[in-house]
Amino acid sequence: MPHQFIWLIFLLPLFSFIIIGFFVRPFVRAESKLAGYITILSIGGSLALSVWALFAVMAAPHHEIPVPDVTWAVIEDGVTIHLGLIMDSLTAVMLIVVTVVSLMVQIYSQGYMQGDPGYHRYYAWMSLFTASMIGLVMADNLLFLFVFWEMVGLCSYLLIGFWFHKPSAADAAKKAFIVTRLGDFGFLAGILLLYLNTGTFDIYELHELAIAGALAGTTLTWAAIGIFAGAVGKSAQFPLHVWLPDAMEGPTPVSALIHAATMVAAGVFLVARMFPLFEHSTEALTTVAIIGGITAIFAASMGLVMNDIKRVLAYSTISQLGYMMLGLGAGGVAIGIWHLFNHAFFKALLFLGAGSVNHATGTFDMRLMGGLRKYMPWTYLTFVIASLSISGIWPLSGFWSKDEILINTFAHQPVLFYLAMITVFMTAFYMFRAVFMTFGGEYRGGEPSAHGHEGHHGQPHESPRVMTIPLMILAALSILSGLWNVTGHFGAFMGHGETHGFFTGLFHPFTQPLPWISLILAGSGILLAYAMYRKSWISPERIGSMFKPLYTLFYRKYWFDELYENIIVRNALLKGLFAGFEQFDNHVVDGAVNGVAGGAIVSGRAIRHAQTGQLQLYGLFIGIGILAIIFVIYFFG
Amino acid sequence: MNLALFIPEIALLATAAIVILLDLFIEQKRWLAQVSISGLVISGGVAIAMWGGSYPAIFNNMLAVDNFALFFKMLFLGVAFLVILSSTDYVSKFSRFQGEYYALVLLATLGMMLMAATTNLIAIYIALELTSISLYALVGFLKDSKSTEASLKYLLLGAIASAVLLYGMALVFGFTGKTQLSEIAQVLQALPQTTLLASPGLLLGVVLLVAGFGFKIAAVPFQMWVPDVYEGAPTPITAYLSVASKAAGFAIILRVFFSAFGIPVWLSQNWGLIFASLAVISMTIGNITAIPQTNIKRMLGYSSIAQAGYLMVGLAAMGMASGISILGQSGVLFFLTSYAFTNLGAFIAVIAISNKLDSDLIADYSGMGKRAPLLALALTLCLVSLIGMPPAAGFMAKFYIFNAAVQHGLLWLVIIAVINSVISAYYYLRVVKVMWLGETASAEKVPSSGALRLALLLCCLGVLLLGIIPGYAMGLAQFAANIFVY
Repeated sequence: MPHQFIWLIFLLPLFSFIIIGFFVRPFVRAESKLAGYITILSIGGSLALSVWALFAVMAAPHHEIPVPDVTWAVIEDGVTIHLGLIMDSLTAVMLIVVTVVSLMVQIYSQGYMQGDPGYHRYYAWMSLFTASMIGLVMADNLLFLFVFWEMVGLCSYLLIGFWFHKPSAADAAKKAFIVTRLGDFGFLAGILLLYLNTGTFDIYELHELAIAGALAGTTLTWAAIGIFAGAVGKSAQFPLHVWLPDAMEGPTPVSALIHAATMVAAGVFLVARMFPLFEHSTEALTTVAIIGGITAIFAASMGLVMNDIKRVLAYSTISQLGYMMLGLGAGGVAIGIWHLFNHAFFKALLFLGAGSVNHATGTFDMRLMGGLRKYMPWTYLTFVIASLSISGIWPLSGFWSKDEILINTFAHQPVLFYLAMITVFMTAFYMFRAVFMTFGGEYRGGEPSAHGHEGHHGQPHESPRVMTIPLMILAALSILSGLWNVTGHFGAFMGHGETHGFFTGLFHPFTQPLPWISLILAGSGILLAYAMYRKSWISPERIGSMFKPLYTLFYRKYWFDELYENIIVRNALLKGLFAGFEQFDNHVVDGAVNGVAGGAIVSGRAIRHAQTGQLQLYGLFIGIGILAIIFVIYFFG
Repeated sequence: MNLALFIPEIALLATAAIVILLDLFIEQKRWLAQVSISGLVISGGVAIAMWGGSYPAIFNNMLAVDNFALFFKMLFLGVAFLVILSSTDYVSKFSRFQGEYYALVLLATLGMMLMAATTNLIAIYIALELTSISLYALVGFLKDSKSTEASLKYLLLGAIASAVLLYGMALVFGFTGKTQLSEIAQVLQALPQTTLLASPGLLLGVVLLVAGFGFKIAAVPFQMWVPDVYEGAPTPITAYLSVASKAAGFAIILRVFFSAFGIPVWLSQNWGLIFASLAVISMTIGNITAIPQTNIKRMLGYSSIAQAGYLMVGLAAMGMASGISILGQSGVLFFLTSYAFTNLGAFIAVIAISNKLDSDLIADYSGMGKRAPLLALALTLCLVSLIGMPPAAGFMAKFYIFNAAVQHGLLWLVIIAVINSVISAYYYLRVVKVMWLGETASAEKVPSSGALRLALLLCCLGVLLLGIIPGYAMGLAQFAANIFVY
């Protein structure tokens, strides 16, 4: 196939959005499933093309195929804007992740969103999100990457607030939008800094400049840290992690696609995409590793005590994203992206499993679940597979990528290595705490919760086929996707010579000490969860009261929300800055309006006074303005 | 002198006279709009036919007939066309003086066309007054208390601004002895820098010119009239003011400051910095005061102050590299074009919605996405363009101007402008949110006339075209800006 067809990977979901948004939604009745079919078909097409592209890239020299680009606008002085796409190993792998998970989620949503009045709207946004995400991973210059970066943020905002009639959802959407925006400031500053120093937005050109040493020193470090700031916001890394748990207010398939597998991983992708810049700045690379390591353990600790299954998964996602950053910082592109690749499948599966459970019980509170193993065998089976995978149990996919990270961290960042090892234990514990609380024991008779589906009563039941089949496919991927790198093929494909896989065969891990340690840690985490939540040999309450201060610290999320909301937003901004402007507005600007409004009540004479007074003030302002300009010129000109 | 070069203006003047006379005789008032539109089309057709040629100046070198002037003539005629299209519903509610309404719009347009063409201080003043007086009358056209108050305020403050401008012109004339812009430049070039620096009269004159023109483009601190006038004026006139009047102000600033004060370099960099500072305060104050607004017309008023700030970034870029590069100038032209489509589109959508609701409160737009999906979609597109997000025109326009400023060493200014753009997203998107996510107060549809829908469609097409394939319009802007090469 000619390479122009690569454009279709991006365009198909975009067309789907346009068709649904402009034709289906206004003109087709709400119960029709047309929107879902269009989305599934177009994303299926993208997936097929992505698979083709992956093989084409594998066969190509340097693992890269050129894609014809489009000249978009010519601004004089030689500034032209090209619309171009990159098609290299990193993009090809990301495309597989995005299209596979998106397709599974769209199919699943046919069941999950059935009968929702916003069905068309849901699929319109999902298509737009998928198109933007594909654009993000394919963009060949930072400017367009940034545009798509903002687009996925916008879609995330719209989809978190999908059930906007619930105030909690609307607040969560706002929070996600604002917090990620903070990181984006840094990203934009980084882009501008690079542009000023190099005159280009082109990603490959920037790579070459960094490799040649033309871009170096503090400039490079600051630019890289700026870019990383954007990644911190998007990937919910410490200290901008606060938005992701709240983002769980959105529909669960949205959480699976956007807040587990793809958009939140965009930060990791961004660092990988700009990796030559990080590679040539030790400071920047170390920052990535440290933030990643801290986030991994920090988020995992909060995941230990949450009672809402989606929040457990949210903290788990943050923690795993921290792992990926750590992998990038300590090992390189192949290591970080390898975990991203595997994580996408098992984490999407976990979220979809949580959605399936919610479908049956009407709640996300694990204290109200229990015993679902009986009623929902498929959901149970697939959820356990994903949990084993994320805990890093051989030979599931999570094992292979997590241990690669651990090995590289051990070699390059010894301090962070110990944090990462503790996190292994925590991960296994919180995941199986969730498994046992949800599926073990007896059913505790869920009830409608604040978010998600409402109005389920009586016995829980297995979800329809349209929902369980995507679970099974993802479960198969969670088992098998790790095999890609068993002989180091994935590492070699990502093209960085020194990061060929550590493991050389399926049974090679058992000849090494480190995998043994991590397996024992993960196993003991699972055992502890079994003892506490399945068999009640150890009472969770007693543990909780024994470590009361620590428990409170985790449960209140280290008081980060309070810190941001009360101290920064409420006091510094609302009481300080904005209040000042409001005063100005009330007294000076709104004076005129008030004059008119009051005039309706008071006599005409009074109005005339009020208005002339106002006018004089306005005239005075013109005079003061002129004087101010003269003053400035006289003293500074 | 070749009077043929004056045909666009003559056609417009004649149309205005015909409209007033027709109003006395015909019963079917909708013909008035059609006659006005045909006048605009004729005038515009001639202007388009003249595009690209090079013609001598007319009226004793007072009016240039260059591509810069023609660019603005086409812009003003296009804006007037859209404004009249969107006025028909609104005006048909008036019991009397419908003819005067259209005639005044045409006369104001004529004044603006002259403003873009004049190269002489005296003629500038006359053209400016022709525009302003027509606009004062139009602002007060509703004759209710708000409209009357707005008109009076506009008149009095406009008079102050005119006085300031005249005083500035007098000082410049007193210093140089010339009123022709190019001759002023010659006098200034002949004098050594020390003499010029030691003469506060000249600098004061320049500052007063900035203030006088600053009033027209609604730059802070000369913007006080904007919210009241925008709120009180008939909405189509608000749209007209916010787009055409601002564009005319920029046209004249570009010409005066380039032709008369473009060289020496230290002078142009001086006024470049004045515009840079005005840009900073206009953007910041415009955006921040727009945030708490509850009335959409006032909100758009403050937004237009902020947009003037972004435009002045282009003026600052021009001042930094006067005569070396036309990037700043062509950026301003492109921005004005895209802003014209965008802001007109926003106001036309507001006209359509307000006609039905009889309210300009943002809260009343709640659920508009369900009641009038196409109108809400159009308004959303325009607001997105005002933020400067792709694929709308506003993105390319901002990109163009900011790029010019960065190239000419104004990075700090661009950083402030970008931060401002981010802040502005808040209040623009709030309207979008209310429309699409808010509850509907009633399920009643929002009807609109064919003319209004056509005008809105044209605006949205313009916004999308300029955003997606900006190359052609950029080419036009660059061609027109070629007069800024020595």
